[in-house]
Amino acid sequence: MSWIEAIFAILVNPLFYKLTLLSATPLIFSALGGTYSEITGVTNIALEGIMLMGAFNSIVFTLITGNAWIGVLMAVIIGVGFTWFHAWASIRWSANQIVSATALVIVAQGTTSFLMIPIFGNEGQTDFIGRVPYIEIGWLKGVPFVGDIFGSMSPFTYLAIAAVIASWILMYRTPLGLRMRAVGENPEAADTLGINVFKTRYFGVLMSGALSSLGGAFLSVGELGRFVENMIHGRGFIALAAMILGNWNPAGAMWAALLFGAAEAMNLQLQSSSIVSVSANVKPLFNMLPFIVTLIVVGGFIGKTRSPAADGEPYEKES
Amino acid sequence: MDRSKIYALLVPIVSVIIALLIASIVIIIIGKNPLTAYRIMLEGAFGGAEQLANTIIKMTPLILTGLAVGFGFRAGVFNIGAEGQMTIGALMGAIVAMNIGGVPSVIAIPLSIIVGMLAGAFWASIAGFLKAFTGAHEVISTIMLNWIAANFASFMVTGPLAVGSGTPKSPEIAEAAKLPVVLKVQATELSIGIFIAVIVAVVMYVFIEKTTTGYELKGVGFNPYAAEYGGISIRKSIIMTMAISGALAGMAGIVDLLGVPPHRFVGELTGGRGFDGITIALIGRNNPIGIIFAALLIAALRTGSNAMQIRAQIPNDIVSIIQGIVIFLVAAERIVTTLIYLKGRKGVTTA
Amino acid sequence: MDATNVKNLDLSGMAVAMKGITKRFPSVIANDNIDFFVKKGEIHALVGENGAGKSTLMNQLYGLYTPDEGEIYINGERFIFKGPRDAIDAGIGMVHQHFMLVDNQTVSENVVLGSEPRRGPFNLFIDSGKSRKSVLELSKKYGLSVDVDAMIEDIPVGMQQRVEILKILYRGANILIFDEPTAVLTPQETGELFKILRVLKENGKTIIFITHKLNEVMAITDRVTVMRLGKVTGQVDTKDTNPRQLANMMVGREVLLRVEKEARKPGKTLLEVKNLHVKDNRKLDTVKNVSFSVREGEILGIAGVAGNGQTELIEAITGLRKAESGSITLMGKDLTNKSALDIRESGLTHIPEDRLKRGLISQYPVYYNLILGKHNDKPFASEGFIDMKEVKKFARYIVDTFDVRPKDIEILGGNLSGGNQQKVVVGRELSTIPIEPKVVAISQPTRGLDIGAIEFIHKTILNMRAKGIGILLVSMELDEIFSLSDRILVFYEGKIMGEVLPDEVNREEIGLMMAGHSKAEVVKERG
Repeated sequence: MSWIEAIFAILVNPLFYKLTLLSATPLIFSALGGTYSEITGVTNIALEGIMLMGAFNSIVFTLITGNAWIGVLMAVIIGVGFTWFHAWASIRWSANQIVSATALVIVAQGTTSFLMIPIFGNEGQTDFIGRVPYIEIGWLKGVPFVGDIFGSMSPFTYLAIAAVIASWILMYRTPLGLRMRAVGENPEAADTLGINVFKTRYFGVLMSGALSSLGGAFLSVGELGRFVENMIHGRGFIALAAMILGNWNPAGAMWAALLFGAAEAMNLQLQSSSIVSVSANVKPLFNMLPFIVTLIVVGGFIGKTRSPAADGEPYEKES
Repeated sequence: MDRSKIYALLVPIVSVIIALLIASIVIIIIGKNPLTAYRIMLEGAFGGAEQLANTIIKMTPLILTGLAVGFGFRAGVFNIGAEGQMTIGALMGAIVAMNIGGVPSVIAIPLSIIVGMLAGAFWASIAGFLKAFTGAHEVISTIMLNWIAANFASFMVTGPLAVGSGTPKSPEIAEAAKLPVVLKVQATELSIGIFIAVIVAVVMYVFIEKTTTGYELKGVGFNPYAAEYGGISIRKSIIMTMAISGALAGMAGIVDLLGVPPHRFVGELTGGRGFDGITIALIGRNNPIGIIFAALLIAALRTGSNAMQIRAQIPNDIVSIIQGIVIFLVAAERIVTTLIYLKGRKGVTTA
Repeated sequence: MDATNVKNLDLSGMAVAMKGITKRFPSVIANDNIDFFVKKGEIHALVGENGAGKSTLMNQLYGLYTPDEGEIYINGERFIFKGPRDAIDAGIGMVHQHFMLVDNQTVSENVVLGSEPRRGPFNLFIDSGKSRKSVLELSKKYGLSVDVDAMIEDIPVGMQQRVEILKILYRGANILIFDEPTAVLTPQETGELFKILRVLKENGKTIIFITHKLNEVMAITDRVTVMRLGKVTGQVDTKDTNPRQLANMMVGREVLLRVEKEARKPGKTLLEVKNLHVKDNRKLDTVKNVSFSVREGEILGIAGVAGNGQTELIEAITGLRKAESGSITLMGKDLTNKSALDIRESGLTHIPEDRLKRGLISQYPVYYNLILGKHNDKPFASEGFIDMKEVKKFARYIVDTFDVRPKDIEILGGNLSGGNQQKVVVGRELSTIPIEPKVVAISQPTRGLDIGAIEFIHKTILNMRAKGIGILLVSMELDEIFSLSDRILVFYEGKIMGEVLPDEVNREEIGLMMAGHSKAEVVKERG
């Protein structure tokens, strides 16, 4: 089989599409979250760290309570609290938002690795702790193609799509959404009309915390059932690229995330396909693929999409 | 004017103190005694000649990554890619150093270092080009390049360069390429690497403060519009800044490899030292002299935390937590300056 | 000094009464015990130089600032505003000098922002149909024509201002504050604005009009309050005063409203611009086939409302923007699309319109700012190293000659006042070290400056003219253009509508040209 035949074979296999959706799920959550933050004018590149905390905390609380959904809930709550520091520094203290977010990423990596031995007793990765089961739709499984994809699917994926729809309605059809976008574009204008710029921005940043925590929780409690150190593996930054490519709106973020998910799915399928005899040491070259794609996207599209005008600029009121 | 200079010095110091305090809370949470922990840390870093030598050895690449990130900040770019640039620099430099056996040290060493620097400069310039020509934010592009570099190195060290078994590693470099040893303290050898690093710091200081290029690059960092008006090419400046920054990071990688046993590219060579560069640059206020002291601090933290892990079973990830908090406080430095201001006022009114 | 006895005032006849208002900022007392009164239904002017405290006072009326001392009464009732919402609820609206509009939202979205009509379950959704309808109704009632569905970034400045007015009328404003509204309008558009103001007055609205243009005060207002350095220096009925008296109250001394300019015969042509085409950031043609020349010892003024291509014209001439076609020659040397560096070194220097964005690096000390653009040249640098001694020597010389205050070359550029910042830029661009400038392109040289600084800059420009330097002057202030220029080119939508001499046209005629009429048409009208 040649490469073209192999790729074609992959593209007609429903497994590829299922993998695309699953790979995209954490990216959808985080890119959507990033959109919330940046659309109100606060950059948040800490998604990688927030996702890591989400992955870790969901496993920890699944271990403690025995219930994976409570694990997820706790992860979201703690994730919002963790993100609050970035919001507070950026909004209240006009911190350098890039550096503040970098700090969060480093603290997240340090904390999760630090707590491995005290909580779990081993380094590197935990044992299998618990997992949110896929949603099985019995009657759908018989349907060709569609049934292979959706007959058994993670609830997180459905949640992600629902979040995108709800977010789009919020941002483009409600007063809150109009105000969020105004605050990110011209905070002074919003301020002079009596809109509370700071509260709106807190909302945006904390939403990004909640959604990114879900994205991280999916990777541990939604898929693997365990926590592995540094398991986010760059996805938090890929999510940022998806947000940019998606032009800072929920639908765009979703489509861009699906694109990156497809790249990852293609990577996985190629590695496991029979035509490609991949010796273990060439694997890293394949694993480069998502990052190279991201690099190209970021380089190629940044001029073509329009970020919120006040993105990244602290707003200061004189009084 | 004086006031702000005092604050400039105090902010990093107070930030580090606060970070250590918060870290001690973390230590208490896992059931250990922070006082004991910090005592062990100090002993591990400075407790004896060998410990001191180890700290200085660790300091060497950290000065360079600190300079890399700090110089970038000075000229308006955030080079989070020091990790990847260090990897590529060490890798390319090592390939030269492995094959240079027949050449005298006087040539082998500088050649290897220069190749390492050029490789690091090239890697960073990719992000520089993207930023200059498409406006792509250097944070995302350099992080992607970090991952690509890590994967590439992994491939090289498990494939074309692989030797032996166990942890993937490259062959050892030629004797001629190893840095001369200056001091031997028990089992630890201190090479001239530290002197190289300090000299580079001084060179960077002169470059930034006394040259016209330094004036231009700083200008672009402060206000690209005015710089453009003043006839400075913004694109050239961005790329040059990234290249210089990458060269410094690449140098960190190769000098460490040439100077420290096992003198080969092993597994995950950088060990987060590119990210340490960020903390060091921020604590050192992007000033080469400050960076030397900040590098000493972080090196001490690293050596000391190893001791903490071994003797007190406190995972050495505590250092990342401390660094993260320091970075956060320096980013939001108004929190710290307000604290200092309030404490200062309290002192005055109660006196 | 206030001309009225505070205790005897019938406050209920006053739409606005601000008593004893004091507002302090870290380095200055912006408002010092101000008493300010506006009668119901009048058009009241608030005048003063830049920095007099007018905007600060109005910002407190609008709730953006809180007074440190003093009280505010609206229609006789005491109010404390904690934010703009409170002021809006009290019937106050403000049209800011720099429009507060969201570029990528529509006209109707901008008007209703913050007070959006709702529909649906729990009133969760915006009723965009109702928004549009309300805006259209208001627009008809007050004669404010707008395109409700257009994006702000796509509509002209005059319409943007009407959107700002609709915003405040939508919220039921009865007291309208206008902050320097005519800065961005042609004389004709100003006339239209005044018509709208009269309609508003007929509808019972009270209007406060902040301006520094004294002829506008005379044209439209009923009463005037003059401020200087944070205090009220006068309060008069417009019919009882004149511009000279007002200027005197603004500055505290006799002010020469026109500069003395000696007659000169211009020399040879220095700068020649032929058939220049330039595009703006959105790739639209913004300078269309423009040709002109500047001669030795002459000031060529470019008049026009902001946004008609003047900015891009100057940028193309000084090497900050690409010239799509055409040529720019300085004494025979071709400068078209050469680098900013080459152009400067050939003898064409540039005093930019935005001194903080282009002219200075705020984080650099004064001595570093003074070598910006010459930092590679002798005597300031050699072999790539900066000669600090020479740099500081030069800095001290410029600071002395141009009376930059404070006399400290170490101070950071951003810490100087506007006037002194401008002096630094002017000093740098006019100095003959290392190269003597032949032509200087000057854009908006006195924007945001107080009268003292304006007089200094004007004198300096005339000195340059006397020395034989050719000057290309772009300004949005017609007074400045008229008083300084030897010849005037009128710019409209990237084209030159005509060349006039200052004594051969009046303001109305030049206003027509600024709005798109050619010189021939205007002269014909004169008939």
